[in-house]
Amino acid sequence: MIYRENGQFKTSYAADQQIFPIRQDRYAIAALLVFAFVGVPLLADEYMFRAILIPFLILGLAALGVNILVGYCGQITLGAGAFMAVGAYAAYNFLARVDGMPLLGALLLGGATAAVAGIVFGVPSLRVRGLYLAVATLAAQFFFDWAFLRIKWFTLDSSSGSVSVSNLEMFGWTINSPVEKYLFCLGLLAVFALLAKNLVRGAIGRQWMAIRDMDVAAEVIGIRPMYAKLSAFAVSSFIVGVAGALWGFVHLGSWEPAAFSVDRSFQLLFMVIIGGMGSIMGSFFGAAFIVVLPIFLNQALPWLGNLVGVSISTVGVSHSEFIIFGALIVFFLIVEPHGIARLWSTAKEKLRLWPFPH
Amino acid sequence: MAETVSERQIGDVVLDLRNISLAFGGVNALSDISFDVREHEIRAIIGPNGAGKSSMLNVINGVYQPQQGEVVLRGQRFEKMSPGHAARAGIARTFQNIALFKGMSVLDNIMTGRNLKMKSNILQQAVWWGPAQREELAHREKVEEIIDFLEIQHIRKTPVGRLPYGLQKRVDLGRALAMEPSILLLDEPMAGMNIEEKQDMSRFILDVNDQLGTTIVLIEHDMGVVMDISDRIVVLDYGKKIGDDTPDEVRANPEVIAAYLGASH
Repeated sequence: MIYRENGQFKTSYAADQQIFPIRQDRYAIAALLVFAFVGVPLLADEYMFRAILIPFLILGLAALGVNILVGYCGQITLGAGAFMAVGAYAAYNFLARVDGMPLLGALLLGGATAAVAGIVFGVPSLRVRGLYLAVATLAAQFFFDWAFLRIKWFTLDSSSGSVSVSNLEMFGWTINSPVEKYLFCLGLLAVFALLAKNLVRGAIGRQWMAIRDMDVAAEVIGIRPMYAKLSAFAVSSFIVGVAGALWGFVHLGSWEPAAFSVDRSFQLLFMVIIGGMGSIMGSFFGAAFIVVLPIFLNQALPWLGNLVGVSISTVGVSHSEFIIFGALIVFFLIVEPHGIARLWSTAKEKLRLWPFPH
Repeated sequence: MAETVSERQIGDVVLDLRNISLAFGGVNALSDISFDVREHEIRAIIGPNGAGKSSMLNVINGVYQPQQGEVVLRGQRFEKMSPGHAARAGIARTFQNIALFKGMSVLDNIMTGRNLKMKSNILQQAVWWGPAQREELAHREKVEEIIDFLEIQHIRKTPVGRLPYGLQKRVDLGRALAMEPSILLLDEPMAGMNIEEKQDMSRFILDVNDQLGTTIVLIEHDMGVVMDISDRIVVLDYGKKIGDDTPDEVRANPEVIAAYLGASH
């Protein structure tokens, strides 16, 4: 009843092409943004910021990047972790080696470096697809794991291979406390989400989706597969690279190559599958799900065990986490390949008609 | 769509196919086929299943590269045509087994057909406001004209995967029209349609040809339709050309009758 666009008539194509054409959606997203920028900093405690909110924002950004490649352009990748690493180490090197490099500049240059790496490792996509492409991108993962561990130049010759960043500062604003870090990540995420949405609803986004859905037909109407695929790799890796730099700089502070292992690549891919392929919102659903679920299980499982008189060990909890993850991925692949985002849009469609059946 | 061109003038040869031979492994799909297409005409290609009709269209727009022969487009010779070249040269096509972008709406599918005409770069598109939005709106207007012409206003926001077959065929035509082609290749545009849908589709094809002056190369199995709307017909059988004439002559050609009915005469 409340969620309905009755009486909202579009009188121009511009009005029809807004990101949120329904007025209620615009109010909801405005309220959500106000809550995220003002409400959350007042309400959340330090643990919430460190363990949930900051990881959620950064991994949400990385999942957004992966979704552009996997969900919109249909090119499967298992190298996302590597591109995060490229972003993190490149940003670190720019910050450490270039005098007076601003934080934001280092992050963006880190992203740009990751974009270049993405283009290079995206070249196989011009010849192979599906599983074979996944294996080719896996090569990126192992190559960069090796490079950052063995080539000391990248880590400024630190003996352990671990690097650290301190004193984050931007335009005279020192980013120290969890709240400040949260706001910094949130701001970046909001900007990138908007830019990504603009891309996917515009001409380049349609080219990506055309390649994903029917590449022969796409070529026949003049889309160049090379440009479409490599631009998807570039944009995706750029965003993933920035997320990687944030993960190192803001979340970890000091890190070593293991922080961006193949596990991270899989985790990001799962976020996209569970959240919803080909949906910006889905990336955030997936990230929230995967960040929050382990914490929830940690709390809930021992309590549930006590309820039925079984004590569940910490090991048991972490094992059941894998089981539940695996089961959920299988569930989503079979029942709802478009993930939580599709459930969400189905619910909205139903709500528009409610209480009438159709 | 555009102002009506009252008297349709068949012009010079725009597309000339010379001695095209195409083989897959040891199988000859097309052997030494030549024919031409004149400007503004409706040229039909007919023949039994497996005669090489679709292969012929695939050669014209560069999906297949023939082993021998050449495609001459407005005097320009192409020994190797590629789909990209063909698209840029103004050749559009529809597909026998609808090749729409299933995850996208009708509107987006047709908008994608305008990709060659959209010039804003990736940064402008990321920012959206400014050049990218202006361009998007200008092309949206063109696309809406096509949507009006094909009478599919009510489904413009529907994902094409959900549409019935007949409407998908129309969207496929719409996407090709969005390219504003000078030559339009239609691969069985009426396959699987009922009589009413066929009438609609025939009307669209004739209107495109008549009002926009688009040259049309058409593959179709419905002989009634083919004889009615086409100016000249090429008949293929087992990769060979067995007839090339006006509908009346083709109808009377004994070889064609034999190919279709298998009758001895």
